[in-house]
Order: sequence, then C-alpha cells, then structure tokens
Amino acid sequence: MKDSNADGFGVQSRRTFFKSVGTAAVTAATASAQSVAAELEKANAEKIVGPGTVPVTLEVNGVPLRLQLEPRVTLLDALRNYSSLTGAKDGCDRAACGACTVLLDNVPVYSCQKLAIEAQGHAITTVEGLAKNGELSDLQKAFVEKDASMCGYCTPGFVMSLTALFKKNPHPTAAEIRHACAGNICRCGTQPHIMRAALQMVGATGAGPTTEVIHA
Amino acid sequence: MPSWPAETKYISHSTLRVDAPAKVSGRARYSSDIQAEGWLYGMILRSKWPAARIAKINLENALQIPGIKAALAVKEGESIVRFYGEELAAVAGTTKQACLDALRAIEVEAKALPFVVKENDARAEDAPRVWPNSANAGEGKPKEQGSVDQAFSECAAVIEGFYTTPVQLHHPMETHGCTVSWTDEGVTAWASTQGISSVRDGLAGGLQLEQSKVRVITEYMGGGFGSKFGAGVEGLMAARLSRAAKAPVRLMLTRFDQALAVGNRPSSFQKIKLGAKADGTLHAFELDNYGTAGIGGGSSEGGGGDVAIPAPYIYKVPNTRVKHTSVAVNAGSARAFRAPSNPPASFGMESAMDDLAVKLGMDPVELRLKNDPSAVRRREYDLGAERFGWKQKYQKPGSSAGPVKIGVGCAGATWWGGGTKRTQGEAEIHPDGGIEVRLGVQDLGTGTRTVIAVVAAEILGLKPEQITVKIGDTHYPPGPGSGGSTTCPSISPTVFDVCTQALQQLQAQTGVPDARGDNWPAACKKLGTSPLVVHGQWQEGLSSGGAGGVQFAEAAVDTETGQVTVNRILCVQDCGLIVNQITLESQVNGGIIMGLGYALYEERVMDHLSGVVLNPNFETYKLPGMADIPQIDIVLLNMPERGVIGVGEPVTIPTAAAIGNAVANALGVRVSSLPITPAKVLAALGKVPPPTAKPA
Repeated sequence: MKDSNADGFGVQSRRTFFKSVGTAAVTAATASAQSVAAELEKANAEKIVGPGTVPVTLEVNGVPLRLQLEPRVTLLDALRNYSSLTGAKDGCDRAACGACTVLLDNVPVYSCQKLAIEAQGHAITTVEGLAKNGELSDLQKAFVEKDASMCGYCTPGFVMSLTALFKKNPHPTAAEIRHACAGNICRCGTQPHIMRAALQMVGATGAGPTTEVIHA
Repeated sequence: MPSWPAETKYISHSTLRVDAPAKVSGRARYSSDIQAEGWLYGMILRSKWPAARIAKINLENALQIPGIKAALAVKEGESIVRFYGEELAAVAGTTKQACLDALRAIEVEAKALPFVVKENDARAEDAPRVWPNSANAGEGKPKEQGSVDQAFSECAAVIEGFYTTPVQLHHPMETHGCTVSWTDEGVTAWASTQGISSVRDGLAGGLQLEQSKVRVITEYMGGGFGSKFGAGVEGLMAARLSRAAKAPVRLMLTRFDQALAVGNRPSSFQKIKLGAKADGTLHAFELDNYGTAGIGGGSSEGGGGDVAIPAPYIYKVPNTRVKHTSVAVNAGSARAFRAPSNPPASFGMESAMDDLAVKLGMDPVELRLKNDPSAVRRREYDLGAERFGWKQKYQKPGSSAGPVKIGVGCAGATWWGGGTKRTQGEAEIHPDGGIEVRLGVQDLGTGTRTVIAVVAAEILGLKPEQITVKIGDTHYPPGPGSGGSTTCPSISPTVFDVCTQALQQLQAQTGVPDARGDNWPAACKKLGTSPLVVHGQWQEGLSSGGAGGVQFAEAAVDTETGQVTVNRILCVQDCGLIVNQITLESQVNGGIIMGLGYALYEERVMDHLSGVVLNPNFETYKLPGMADIPQIDIVLLNMPERGVIGVGEPVTIPTAAAIGNAVANALGVRVSSLPITPAKVLAALGKVPPPTAKPA
C-alpha cells in the first residue's frame, strides 16, 4: 500500500490513470517526460490518503455510518468488522462467490472488491436494509415461502442480486433471473428453490421441477 | 414400543423453515459474525513449502506491528511440515490489516525437502517419502470371496475398465473457524461446526482443560459437509491467542486456506473387471483401487476420509476380489465428506454395470433389476423408469443424431444412517404457555430447528411457531454431531420422548386429562409459579437407517466443444417417515447439485513441480452455478413403518454415476474419469490427445 501511494497512483482507478496518461501523451510531443511526470504528480497529489486511518462516512440503509479506517479496508470489512451489519458475508474475499453482494445506488456490487473510501457518497443498501418496519420485502418473503435458504450463508448475496434485478426489471424472464444470479455461488444447492422464489415474484406458473410423494 | 401417530397435522407435511426469516434478513448471527466485546482479528501463517524442515520461526517483527497483540508458533522448536498450507504460526491484532502485515513480517527459517503430490508419482519406488518410516503406497491385502479367476472363465461377458474420481473439496460457504474467549473461568468458543460436543472435547483435550470448562456455541453456521467436526488447528490457535492477548479472538480461515488444510474427499483410481452370465446375472468382480487421502485420512483434526470404498457396492456378486491401496502424498489430509467413500464407489461400479449392459446387449435398467438385491430399490427403478420415460428415451449408445447428442443413464445408492442412541433433550414449559425445547445439536443448513419444532408441535397439539427451539450450545443436553444422515433419526425420536413425557407430567401435575391443543394454556396456567422442566432421550422403534434411492439423468453432449449439459435429473428416494417435506426437498436438491459438481466440474489440482494447490479459490475450483442446474424432479417414498431416516447422504451418491452413464450413452464411448470436462469428452471422441493417467 505504502509503495503504491508513493507512486501517486494509489487512489486512482486504472481508468483515470490511463486517461490522464493518454492526455499527457498528446502533449508529449511538445513537453519533456519530466514535465509530464510533474503534471501527473500534481494531478494526483491531493488524492493521496493513508497509509494511516482516515475518517470515512458511509451511508448505509439511509443511515450515516462514521468510521475511522485505513484506506485499504474494503466495504465488506468495514461493514462486518467495524459495524454490527454482518448480513453481507465473507465467502471468498475476491469477487468469486457473491455472498458479500450489496447495492451501491441500486447496482449490485461485490463489497469485498470495493474500498470503503470509494463507497462514500453512494447510497449503500445491505440485506438488513430491505425489511421495512420489521416487515420482510416481497422477495424475502418469497425466499421464506419457497425454502430458498439452507445454511443461509449465501442467501443475503442472492437476495441482494435479485433485489437489484427486480428494481431494474420488475418482470424478468427465467433466463434473466439466472443471469442476475450468475455471480452468486451456493454450496448447499438452494438454486432450484431460489428460482421458484424469483419466479413467484413475476407470477410465473407452468412446467417446472415436480415433487411427488408416494405413500408406500 | 412407542410409535408415531398415524394421523398427523405437521409431520409429513410442509412447515416453512423456522429460521428462514432470520437468514433472509441478515439477522441470523453466524459464527463468523460474532463480535465479542473487545474482539481481535486472528490469522494463520501457512507453509509455502509442500515439505520442509522448519528450523526457526521468528515472531519478533510481527509483534512490532502496531495493533498486533499476540503471535504464536503452532509448534515449538524444530518441526517438519508435510504439505503446502500446513499451519506454522498465528497472529491476533486489532485489525485484519495489522494481521496481514504481521503475517508478512514473520521470518521462517526452513530447509525445503523433497515432496510428491501426484498419486502415480508417489507410487514409484524412488519417490520421496511423505512419512520417513513407511512406503507411500500402503498396499492393502486382496480380499477374495469364491473363486474369481475360474468364475471369470465361466462368464458370457466380461468388461474391464479404469474409472477414476478426483480429490473433491468441501468448500462450505462459511469457512472453518471460530471466535474463542479464554478467561480464568474457562473457554467459550463460537464455532462454525457440525459437532459442538466434538469441538468442546477437542478444545478441552488440546488445551488440557476440563471439559466442563469449555462451552461451544453454534447458533448459525454456514455448511460443513463432513469437514467441520473437530476443533481444528484454527480453533486451538484462536484459544491460545485469546489467552496470550487477554481478549476474544475471531479466527476464520480464508477461502484460500480452505482449499489446503481442512479436508477433502480422497481420489480413487479403480481398475474394475466385471463378468456376468448370458442372462445378465453377475458372476465375478475384481477391483484394484488406489487413491490418496493426502498425508493420510484424518491426519488433520476431524477424522474420516478413508481411501477404501465399498465394492461391488450395492450388488451381490458370488465371486469377488477387492484390493485398496492408500497412497500418501504431500497434500492436506482427507476428512469425512458427505456419504464418505460412496460416490466414488457408485461411479466405479455403476459405470462398469453400464459397460457390461452394452456388452450383453441389455437395457441398463433391466441389468440392475436382475442384480439389485434391494426390493425397495428395484421398486424405485420401476417407478423412476416410468416417470422418466426411460423406455422411450434409452437408445443404443451413440445413436443420437446431430452434433449435440442426448443420452440417459441411471444409478443407485445405499446409506446406513440411523439414529444416535445417546441423544438427549429437554423441554421447559412455562405457566404462560410458552415452551422451549432444548437439544445440544446444531443446524448446518438441513433444517434441524424446523424438524424439532414440527415434531414437538405434533406431539403437543400446538403450532410449530409456538415452539421455541434452542440448539447449538453445549450447555444443553448432549446431541449428536450432524453427519452421516444421523441427525434427523437422532433428534426426532428424542423430541418425541421429551414432549410425550412433558405432556404426561404436565397432565399429572395439573390434573388436566388432555393438555394438548386448546387445553394447553389452561393446563400451563395451573403450573402456578414455576416452570416444568422435563428430560427425555432417544427411543428405539421410531427411526432406522438403510436408505436406498435411485437417480436417472438426461445429458446433452456437444461433440464439437465437449460441453456437457445435464437437462434433467429424476430422483426416487425412500425416506422412511417424512418429517418435513419442503426442507427434505431442499436436501434432495442439494445432494443432487453437489453430485453434479462432482460429475462435471470439481477437482483439486496439484502442481507436481511446485507442490501447491493450483485452484484454491472459486474462480478456478468450479462449482455448479445457477445456469448449470438441471430440472430436478423428486419422487419421495413415504414409508412411516420404517420410522425416521436421514437422506442427506444417499441423495448425493448416485448423481455423478448417473450423469456419467448418460454421457456414455450419448457418445457411445465412455469418459471414465471425473470430472467429465470438455477436454476429456473430446479425448474420448479422439478429437484431442488422451489424458496421461494410466493404470500401473
């Protein structure tokens, strides 16, 4: 962390870095390499934070959460380790399982891949923020009614991915539901019941998996 | 002998999972969510060597990192590590970031040693030894029944095959670990475990404490699948760090750690020879199997994980010769894994059965009906074949037209299961009508809480939501570890007994002749001021084991890309007395999807040059995703006369074998190695060079 800050690129996204290099490249015909470097350093100097802790304010479920964090703390760790909001789960810490999914301005993101400082200024919604006055959301109710959770560790992630889908598209097809869950893994095997819960939301009926009980 | 009521209101019906609202809302507090007062973060430093002599571990620099409160070596003095990822040291600090810095600051003086990580390499005479005093390949003695060589000469058809299964990783969504607080009063551990009692005993033994000084709490945990019975190095280190730092320590493994050191299913390399008479009657069987359980089954805490598999699995063959060889390699040790040793046994034997059926020119279902000794399973084949449309769908292998070929296959399972006789429980009935049922068991996602509520409600004439279920605490009466499909047949008879006795005592004490249902509040009120506490225990006659189960699969195989898509699985499962149907359906789905992963995607890959696990995370260790899930149709045989039977294991056993047979039926050639990857499909079709694994 310290090293990358010393370069001055530590808090830049890759895109803005390349963008600024690109701008610099245009002027490189007339400017020396030295002055380009100086320009870059100037552009980035004010954005450098850390390695010590900095004040961070997150707006989580409509409530400001004021924390003192090292800039390298992820949004997931900020929630789980610095607040009591442990609904987002740590399943892999590298954007491969989706258990940590939260909404950032209604867009689902892996909170393990977002630095807490980057999440400032965005409306963050965690699974704890879906129930209103203690009443579960329709999707959460559908999860309960279709038994779409087993151990339940992946459940908050699936709930958040599908909440984002239904906000964007209230009448998704089965294929769109599957696509919305492409970034979520479940090891207990709740996927068929998650599909049932999501399909119940769109009132879909018709052919699907069947269960028959034979009384022997 | 007690018996289940004939007419039921809740048993064999569907009650929604009682803790689902807590799970979907984030209110459920898992072991990894525990935030004990003043808690510290804990992390483990692991060996980067697959084998090394550790001379010294210097923790000085780590202790200088701001925020670090304790750093400890796992072993004092010199030691040997035998696999990549073996635990060396652990640190505790105020933040995860401080711990990450501290792990980097630990200096380890080590001399790398020769290692071997592949089964076939390890069997070579000159291979480096995993354990200095014993050969890597522990040759088992062949066990022979009848006269095998002569019997083969009497067969009308004989097939030979080499069927292999990979090392599979458990990968529960919540990693192993716990929060431990060690004070003068004793140890409290909030553990992600499927056995609170075994973790208590493991911590007490490892820390040299009285068992009564250790309390284990598991309110919610994120899956285990057989790998979470022991306290583990992580549990013992969390406790030692807690004592050193004088604060609770939360030590959860990373997903990376999870792939290295906390268990797996052993591999199998099965050389099978199977022969039958002209009418299809099995006559001779020979198996020479080897596989690896890493440094040894159960060598790391948790137990289980033998290489030996049951053979010829569910079939009776008069002449058999069976040999198993456990091959040690420098890799994390195996542990019990959902239906230990059965999925590989099913894959080998059921593949051989289909190969034999082709040779005999028989329908694979007919061959099974002829040879399966279980009447229940034979009935399940009949029921399943009819519902699956087997007769219409089964075609001569490879005869499906077009580049995407469709095939069908089937396979059967068996599982012992049964209840644990020592299970106890208690009920506390309050004068205000409240009732709390307490068992020292844990819910690893199967629906244990719900089963307890359902049975209690049935016996007491109440609604499931009136029952407060308390589990996951060693302060409650002792319950079983959750494994081997034993939980449901252990707890259901126990809750039956607890509630039956509670009802009798309530009636005797209050003079109310029938305190059930509508009479409940008035009866409870008569208790006066003190609640009634009643103990009970497991009773004979209400549960059993020995489930069967068969599955049918339809697969589509793209012969240009090698991609396998499973369209449909049909499962016919005998369940004994069904306790709660909707959570049972979830169990069935879960077993089948885990079997699908075993069939098509999952394999721990070791690098023979560096000795490391090459795919220690979900982007490279592939699990079935939402788009991979086939249509799963379930047929449940409710057999109340057998009592309660657990089905968590049998439903995962035959899936991979059925899919493998469907792929072979589609292609007309067999992919005899799991997972059935596109590369192996193309190799079987002769479109790319074959893989290198050969029987020695």
